[in-house]
Amino acid sequence: MSLDVRSPNGPNGANGPNGSAADEPAEQGAGPRTARWRDRRTRTMTSLVVALLAVIAVAVAGTWANGPAGITDLAARNEGPSWDHLFGTDRYGRDLFQRTLVGLRLSLVVGTVAAVMSGAIALVLSLFATVGGPVARAVVNWLVDLFLALPHLVLLILLAFALGGGTEAVILAVGLTHWPRLTRVLMAKGAETTSADYVALSRALGRSRFHIARRHLAPHLVPHFSVGVILMFPHAILHEAALSFLGLGIDPGLPAIGILLSDSMRSLSAGHWWLAALPGLCLLVVVKLIDRIGEDLRLLVDPRSAQL
Amino acid sequence: MAVGLLNGPPLTVGRLAGRLARLLSLLVAVAIGTFVLLAASPIDPIEAYVGADSASIGTEQRDQIAERWGLDEPPLQRFTAWAGNVVTGDLGTSQVFNEPVIDVIADRFMASLSLLVLAWLLSGVLGFALGLLAGARRGTWLDRTLTWWAYTLASAPTFWIGLLLLYVFSVSLQWTPVCCAGPIGALPGEISLLDRLHHLILPALTLSVVGISPVLLHTRQSTIETLASDHVAFARSRGERLPGLVLHRVARNAAAPALMLQFAGVGELIGGAVLAEQVFTYPGLGQATTTAAMRQDIPLLLGIALFTAILVFIGNLLGDLAHRAVAPQTREQGGDASRSESRGELRDLAREQVTP
Repeated sequence: MSLDVRSPNGPNGANGPNGSAADEPAEQGAGPRTARWRDRRTRTMTSLVVALLAVIAVAVAGTWANGPAGITDLAARNEGPSWDHLFGTDRYGRDLFQRTLVGLRLSLVVGTVAAVMSGAIALVLSLFATVGGPVARAVVNWLVDLFLALPHLVLLILLAFALGGGTEAVILAVGLTHWPRLTRVLMAKGAETTSADYVALSRALGRSRFHIARRHLAPHLVPHFSVGVILMFPHAILHEAALSFLGLGIDPGLPAIGILLSDSMRSLSAGHWWLAALPGLCLLVVVKLIDRIGEDLRLLVDPRSAQL
Repeated sequence: MAVGLLNGPPLTVGRLAGRLARLLSLLVAVAIGTFVLLAASPIDPIEAYVGADSASIGTEQRDQIAERWGLDEPPLQRFTAWAGNVVTGDLGTSQVFNEPVIDVIADRFMASLSLLVLAWLLSGVLGFALGLLAGARRGTWLDRTLTWWAYTLASAPTFWIGLLLLYVFSVSLQWTPVCCAGPIGALPGEISLLDRLHHLILPALTLSVVGISPVLLHTRQSTIETLASDHVAFARSRGERLPGLVLHRVARNAAAPALMLQFAGVGELIGGAVLAEQVFTYPGLGQATTTAAMRQDIPLLLGIALFTAILVFIGNLLGDLAHRAVAPQTREQGGDASRSESRGELRDLAREQVTP
């Protein structure tokens, strides 16, 4: 998703606010591409695949660690990181590395459910607004404003509370609240496309609504949609962690990252830094990996950068 | 409001009325929505209030509590009674704090205000300055480091950063206090300004992390764009050098979107305050929110929902006003109707991309 203020071959730097990866056009223009791995499409594809594999590995490892993560060993309580326990142990002697892996898998599950739910809502609402005329547009706009009227975390707290708390409530709350911004982006894109000359021409030539939607609208919306859905992941994961940290989220018995971190507060003053630092670091890495996937995908599907 | 100060197209009475009507419709919807949500919650407020002793109270006592809180009436009646009171400024009584909700919110908000303002200023100034720096030194290692840092901050959980700061500065180095808004045991009136500031540093630093990345990345982008523009090329050809160029030609162009982002980020800031106050046990509005949700204090939750909705609205309004006042372009374009949408979109995109 990027701003559309740039012209195709505009001055350097006229790319979107997020154009870090698209920021090396000089390198592109200069010299022939000598080796295949040097062209950016290949590099982007490689980075995408590597990030994807890493995320899958985390999910698999989390499943594998699900059993051992619960084993307590009271003889080895509050031990710092070592070769036996990479991330150390907590106050019941449970291995923190395994607990972190299980927590990360939980984060990924929440992220997936949330992205699917919010993505579906955003798609339905933006299509409704695009084809339904000005009234539908106004209604959807108002709904978006309504969901953005409260601070997101306050809205999440209210929803988690209303749904009775616990793991399912959090997943639902996170899934039901991440659609407004993507909806707005898709609506703007849809409106822009439907008002374009070639759509008017297509209409004048007697093409059906369906034809226009499929041939003219979808190609513009699908990239925004797919990238938007993936970029929803990190938000959802961080919000889930925040709710769990506050004690309003995942059941306290499960090793969600937010719960690990909130537990770590008890022994922080005793100097057990690993309990706080390492799980959070892992969460940060996973979030960055997913961001990377979304960003790489954007570069690949966005027509402005796809050929580079 | 400061309509007279505006250089942009006048904010006519009609337009202002339209905005207020929209705010009102949203507030009513927030009130209804929140009430319905909380009324539909499967959590029994009485059981939650009594806590572990709930087995020991009989049905009679239970009924008494229900009657006292008006829980024995049907939801619709409860809502109309509550809404009628809200219109007259009475938000009900907080069950946890046993005080009028409006007093709890006022007290707690005053405590949070210094935190919010400090963090807001910190992230704004720091983000803007570093953004200008990164944009002016585009492509250098400095720019790469700053950009990477901004993206990383955007991906990091706020409360985790708070925990790290707490460990390093309060536990290891013992430079800063571990918790609260003042020394333990001191009465609120006795805390000196220095003490307050001392207790405020880490929470504010944590909270400022929320806002730095969007401002930094956007300022960097507009700096790059402005530096590539014709009027800067002209100034360059007349011999102006980089620091002056950035200060005189770029800063103002970049300031408008940065200011707007900062104001539009008020909602995120409040969300961040909930987390930061939890980490540092800072007795502000954010902590009151957590407490209210943990202990099922429905009147307080309703009050906080309405109050924060108004704050978010004011933030957005101020953002638009500031943008209008600072951006030179808006003065010539006459109307803002065509721009408002693209600006809203810009805001969304920026937030979407860089703030979790």
